[in-house]
Amino acid sequence: MLELDFTLNGRPAALRVDPVARLLDVLRYDLGLTGTKDGCSEGECGACTVWLDGLPTDACLVPAFQVAGRDVRTIESIDPDRLRPFLASGATQCGACTPGVVMTALWIVENPDLLRSHTIRELMAGNICRCTGYDGIIEGVEAALAGRFGSPPGSA
Amino acid sequence: MERLEGLAKLSGAERYVDDLAVEGAWWGMTVRSPAPRGRIREVRFDPAVDWSGFVVVDHRDVPGANEVLLIEPDQPVLAADYVRHVHEPVVLLAHPSRSALRRAVRGVEVVVDPDPAYLDVSISPRSDQVQRGDDNVLKRLRIEKGDVEAALDAAWRVVEGEYRTGAQEHVYIETQGMLAWEEGGVLFVKGSLQCPFYVHKAAVRALAREADRVRIVHAPTGGGFGGKEEYPSVIALHAALLALKAGRPVKVVYDRGEDMAATTKRHPSIVRHRTGVDSDGRLVAQDIDVVLDGGAYVTLSPVVLSRGIIHAAGPYQCDHVRIVGRAILTNSPPHGAFRGFGAPQTHFANERHMDVVADAIGMDPIELRRRNLIVDGGETATGQRIRDGVDRVGILDRAVELSGWREKEVEHRRLARSDPWLRRGLGLASFHHGAGFTGGGEVALASRLDVAGLPDGRIEVRSANIEMGQGTLTIFTQLAAERLGVDPDAVVIAEADTGRVPNSGPTVASRTAMVVGGLVEAACDDLRAELGLGSEVRGDDLRRALLAWHDDHPGADLVGRAEYAPPPNVRWDEATYQGDAYAAFGWATYVAEVEVDLRTFGVRVIDFVALQDVGTLLHETLARGQVQGGVAQGVGWALMEECHWEDGAMTNAQLTNYIIPTSDDLPPIRVHFRETPWAGGPRGAKGLGELPIDGPAPAVVNAVARALGVEPREIPLTAERLMDLVDDAAASRPRSA
Repeated sequence: MLELDFTLNGRPAALRVDPVARLLDVLRYDLGLTGTKDGCSEGECGACTVWLDGLPTDACLVPAFQVAGRDVRTIESIDPDRLRPFLASGATQCGACTPGVVMTALWIVENPDLLRSHTIRELMAGNICRCTGYDGIIEGVEAALAGRFGSPPGSA
Repeated sequence: MERLEGLAKLSGAERYVDDLAVEGAWWGMTVRSPAPRGRIREVRFDPAVDWSGFVVVDHRDVPGANEVLLIEPDQPVLAADYVRHVHEPVVLLAHPSRSALRRAVRGVEVVVDPDPAYLDVSISPRSDQVQRGDDNVLKRLRIEKGDVEAALDAAWRVVEGEYRTGAQEHVYIETQGMLAWEEGGVLFVKGSLQCPFYVHKAAVRALAREADRVRIVHAPTGGGFGGKEEYPSVIALHAALLALKAGRPVKVVYDRGEDMAATTKRHPSIVRHRTGVDSDGRLVAQDIDVVLDGGAYVTLSPVVLSRGIIHAAGPYQCDHVRIVGRAILTNSPPHGAFRGFGAPQTHFANERHMDVVADAIGMDPIELRRRNLIVDGGETATGQRIRDGVDRVGILDRAVELSGWREKEVEHRRLARSDPWLRRGLGLASFHHGAGFTGGGEVALASRLDVAGLPDGRIEVRSANIEMGQGTLTIFTQLAAERLGVDPDAVVIAEADTGRVPNSGPTVASRTAMVVGGLVEAACDDLRAELGLGSEVRGDDLRRALLAWHDDHPGADLVGRAEYAPPPNVRWDEATYQGDAYAAFGWATYVAEVEVDLRTFGVRVIDFVALQDVGTLLHETLARGQVQGGVAQGVGWALMEECHWEDGAMTNAQLTNYIIPTSDDLPPIRVHFRETPWAGGPRGAKGLGELPIDGPAPAVVNAVARALGVEPREIPLTAERLMDLVDDAAASRPRSA
């Protein structure tokens, strides 16, 4: 077993884990943070997206030992007010992909410079959604960007 | 109002079955058949594993009939001595550790003496492959109207075509799972499912329990699309058998690979058309042959075939129609319910064929459809007279106009002249989808629903219909709140628990908002009648009356009840397959614009217009989301979603190489509605959930056909298939051209 120290949702976390356990399983089954979902276990669907040192990362592909000393943020750390634009735009239906979608979407919202070189559709392509056809998600990201920066990018 | 459970989903607070932490629960896993067909000679347990810590279940542990009861009792809960498909469940294991369990599953070997498997419905079975009747046909159905042969003989032109579609995996993002436990002599099974009472019926049968000693409870369901219509009964029974033997809660949750390999998929199809037209381009005869690969057990295939053939002639008027359908038993894992339920397959064939007919007679495909769409007063292949006031030609014309068809055609010709590699094209599909169960199905279901007035003044809707993303909770809340004039916050939707709610039927067939939503309104009215109030009493007055009733009747249950009553003048003859197949149809025309790169043969959908009339919209955001999601799923089926098979097993059962559309594979999907109210539905609404999966595949493939001048007949139209088509077309062209 491995003594694992890292920062989880802004607070220090310490626990004993199997060193080859996946970060996803540590979050879900050891820590009860079940907002992070297991969609495919092979880094294709993005349902398990968390932020690792600020970057969206598939938690199913990260062995727990790799997060030692690092910063992990999960959907549980997100202020509910920030979710409102996604509710209004129809970004969630069944909800299984949704926490992962939100983590990538808010990374875009916090890093709007990404949109100088990429479209929202390109940046969201690592999160598979089977319900919405993505339009509700894209509109949610646009609305969240507009809320934060006053006007949608490109409209200036 | 906003989606009721939307914030819970966005914040990750919603608890799906795998999210439920249960004290003392063990995990369950399944040992499956390695062979597509054969006799089980032996089940070997690796002596290197210490089996004392495991609970092991096989067919001998099934206390009742070893049947997953649905339409026919042919599918065993666990194979006893014979297997009929790869991945058929044979042995179940439970253990506290998931990783120990994974290793143990690999330590069980099912030894099968193989018999010849039948895996390709395009070839008749050899005698040693026959497993049902004398030809493996598990269901035959026939629709016949007029005299097709005479009409074909008299036709100006006859155009033939054969069309094929492949299996499609649902890819709900939450994989299937069930949790079972016993409490006070009652077996509880909670999990991801669409039809609590289907599971209940199967459990009562296989577990030989009284109905009130089994309770099936819906857990928040992360997508279904039909994939959680019948298969959850299998997993529920497995979890229950393990829990009963272990004497503790057991959870069975499939991982993605197991879910994709072992559970149902959309039926592969082969549809042949022989169509007679007159010199004005009017359809005078439609002769249609539909074949579905049903897989190894009957499951829902007869009903999928039924819906498939009823939609096979499309939304067109034709006096002479013959549709023959066969669902065929093979040794693939059973194919099953998937959004659209047979209609996407037959609509693909019909709408692709309409373009082939248009080409053959030198007519514009829009004009061919315009001349043949059913006008009010006309009738369908089953002789159902359509009088719903929907302007089907108007929908076609408006969809074409919204797509910018005429201007884009000019641009596309210009592009073909100027660009060596890029080609663009437009394609369309006109189609319809019947809402609710077919024929007398809704009458047979006799769905019941209760609306209770609670002692605290709130209203509780008690139904077996579930939320899987499509918006049931929101729609039911909205309908009840509006009907009674109360705030949506004062409405609660009861958990779909077979021990607590009446059987309002399965959450399938585009029936929930239209049929069950109607029951919500009727039960609200009945609640008011129970209180002795007139229909004008609403809101606070109603609430006061409700509280006063409870003061007078302490501890009593105040319930308004509703039971399904068919709309007037609906008649259906199951023997002849003639009559009113559905109480209502949604109607649509979709237009796709594609760009093909001749270097890679990659196809991109670059614009998509979806115009439909599904009656009055109950919730615009939810309705739009249903259409956009259905279009995305249809585009995937058309272009990229391909199941690869080897000896009856899916070899690409993972999202790495079973490819579904991402945000970057799709354009914005432009959704438009016309709202012709339908008197039979709540506030004028019709069913909507399945219609959007019927049109995208033919629209997209027709667009590719027009972009390149090829005639694709099979989906998915992958780059490899398209390259072959283009090569074949080039080879068949005269060299001088």
